[in-house]
Amino acid sequence: MKQGYTLIFALAWRNLWRNPRRTIVILFAIVLGAWAMIVMAAYSRGMSQQVFNNAIDNLLGHIQIHAPGYLEDPVIDRVLDTQQPALKTALLAPEIQHTAARVRVPAVVASERDSQGVTLLGIDPAAEADMSFIRKSVTLGKYFEGNQDGGIILGKKLVERLETSLGRRVVLMTQNSQNKIADRGFRIVGIFDTMIDAQETSYAFITLGTAQQMLDLGTNVSEIAVKLSHADHTDKILGGLRAGLPGLDVKPWYTLDALTKLFQDTWEGSAFVWYLIVFLAMGFGIVNTILMAVFERTREFGLFQALGLKPNFILLQVWLESLLLLTTGLAIGNLVSWLTVLATGDGIDVSAFSQGMEMVKLSKIIPFVLTTDDLVVANAVVLILGLLTCLYPAWRAARLVPAHAITRV
Amino acid sequence: MDTTLRLAWRNLWRNPRRTLLTMCAIGFGAVLLIFSIGLQLGQYDMMIGSNVRIYQGLLQIQRDGYRADPKMRTSIPDILNLAQKVRLGTGFQQVSARANGFALVSSAKRTYATAVIGVEAANEPRVSTLPGLVKQGHYLSSNHANEVVIGAALAKNLQVSLGDELTLLGAARDGAVAAAVLPITGIFESGNADLDRSMVQIPIETFQETFGMEGHGHSVVIFEEDFKKVTQYQQRIEQALGPHPGLVVLTWDQLQPGLKEMIDLDYSAGWFMYVVLVAIITFSILNTFLMSVLERTREFGIMLALGYKPFNIGRLVMLEALILTLFALMIGIALGVAVNTYFYYHGLTFEGMEEMAKLYNLPAYIKPQMSIKAVLSGPALILIFTLLAALYPAMRIRLLSPVEAMRKI
Repeated sequence: MKQGYTLIFALAWRNLWRNPRRTIVILFAIVLGAWAMIVMAAYSRGMSQQVFNNAIDNLLGHIQIHAPGYLEDPVIDRVLDTQQPALKTALLAPEIQHTAARVRVPAVVASERDSQGVTLLGIDPAAEADMSFIRKSVTLGKYFEGNQDGGIILGKKLVERLETSLGRRVVLMTQNSQNKIADRGFRIVGIFDTMIDAQETSYAFITLGTAQQMLDLGTNVSEIAVKLSHADHTDKILGGLRAGLPGLDVKPWYTLDALTKLFQDTWEGSAFVWYLIVFLAMGFGIVNTILMAVFERTREFGLFQALGLKPNFILLQVWLESLLLLTTGLAIGNLVSWLTVLATGDGIDVSAFSQGMEMVKLSKIIPFVLTTDDLVVANAVVLILGLLTCLYPAWRAARLVPAHAITRV
Repeated sequence: MDTTLRLAWRNLWRNPRRTLLTMCAIGFGAVLLIFSIGLQLGQYDMMIGSNVRIYQGLLQIQRDGYRADPKMRTSIPDILNLAQKVRLGTGFQQVSARANGFALVSSAKRTYATAVIGVEAANEPRVSTLPGLVKQGHYLSSNHANEVVIGAALAKNLQVSLGDELTLLGAARDGAVAAAVLPITGIFESGNADLDRSMVQIPIETFQETFGMEGHGHSVVIFEEDFKKVTQYQQRIEQALGPHPGLVVLTWDQLQPGLKEMIDLDYSAGWFMYVVLVAIITFSILNTFLMSVLERTREFGIMLALGYKPFNIGRLVMLEALILTLFALMIGIALGVAVNTYFYYHGLTFEGMEEMAKLYNLPAYIKPQMSIKAVLSGPALILIFTLLAALYPAMRIRLLSPVEAMRKI
């Protein structure tokens, strides 16, 4: 029996190449289809990951802790004390990689020439370094040296708008905890450049220590951002933190930034729809080709049956031919896609659309990201649906009546 | 010609199953393309429409350089007269002047930094839907009234309600302090918290007085219903202005290049997918065309021997492909238009769309665009590709020699 299988396998492979031109044409369709699926998946995945990473880095973190009511009304009154023991214990979970406490309030920054509304962030320089984009984005001047550093870091675009420059002074105004306007002069010690205008114009960074002192906050902060070793732990840690901190508002990234979550979900859904559409487009061609191959061998199949081969054997053989066709196409398709991804290197440059990309929080280069999951799904769709559709020609072949089949020319 | 046509038609139905399957592939492709292109264009219309309608306007007259670097000093003298000149010169009725500033807005308890917009009380509702979204109180009553209209989210953050007074504190055009105390007469609610928090509107003459504008303003906003004629409108406005050194007339896409680029990028990605899809379909049907020619080698040999020119036989083969494609496309277009018409009247919505819609100020469903471009560009692409595919088998006929061809089975 085992020998029988080797035989039909060899037979199927040879049958496939009886009409090389036809096989090559349909292989082209399959390769192109597989390539389109995988490359589009890599592009979407790259985009979706980039949006996610950018969002997490953009001061979001995986989880944030606030005083109740802060999110709807982000003012200085709604603060939490970093020194409470419950908080310290809750943040000890091993999955928690980094935590950063921040003062985050609306403020106005003014130069001699102009003023702008910003979000003032008082950050702990050491903790924030691994938490968000700010440390690695300072391109001019320097990042804060210690928690009492009295300087301010502004975005490149904001500095341009304010017509000021590194080393010059700006005045920061905000409401302090007594509902009075607190203002103070700061020297610009660093300028950050993220290539995203909205980010560059909306934040002003000072150190946490300075902010707490300026706003009479003591050890209070507005938020604590938590970064986990992997985003998959979010729900688990979220549960733990909520149980441990009943008086505080603990929110995951996907609630804080629903849009990013929505982008991810939409991309995943649309990738699968795309697979199905591509498959449908090639499905017609595959069925037609195999059907043709079956009908021109009507005599041969009739002869096989007359010689005593079971219809199931014929079904299996035709099916095996389709399997070989599909796997060959997929193998080449995967290889070509892999080469395409390799050839694009860091990704494709979409800087021609840079302002459009900003609107959806993307950078100017989109990397292609091939994941095993995407590869498996794309290949599985083609293989499973392909084999299912090829049951039709295989079944037609097996149903031929020997006497009629042989007499047909 | 008549004989060739009949011959082609009959040839098609010699193998009805194959012809039908091929037609299915083409028809399916046409329906799919009509649906996706219609939806894509419909989505763009919606994005542009709501962006233009809510606040921005279809066109704006600004000082050159204001868009890139919006400074208070980059202003236009005698803005109200300019708006009137545009109204009279072009016949457009939906024209309104604005002045933009920035201030710290304080209530008894809170202070926020927001944009302050001076608007023409009577004309603003014609160019923007925001005044119509005033849910409490009423919109501004005249150009010099002591009134302010604010968004619901800002009202909540400032902890104020209708009738409360707001203090505006900012920098005037000449750098002096600008201050005003105004009662809230209306609260608008657009559903987008960011937009509702981003600005307060006051009457334009009140604005000019407060900010020391001396009749200056920053933009004249023009709205017209037919977005596609935007460049014509632009020319008309420029003619009405006469020589206008230092002023520019900007269209919606120049005002918001990000939106335009996002649409362009999405459109290119869309076309990449469509072309790949049509290419896959083409490869699928190339086999059918090829088979139908190869299996008739003998017949063509006889025709050649009878004196038919290879060119005529090639034409016959092309005609077969053309008839098949046109027939399938006609059915595809009918089905595609039917599907799009259904969604045009019922609207298409999907999970998560409502959240997205809220964030971007869009309606919660998409209407496919019903235009000749939307309906025919997909099928046209298919027609080009299939005819290219038919060209190869048709050209092969030239290689046949009558004697050898007739010997073939």
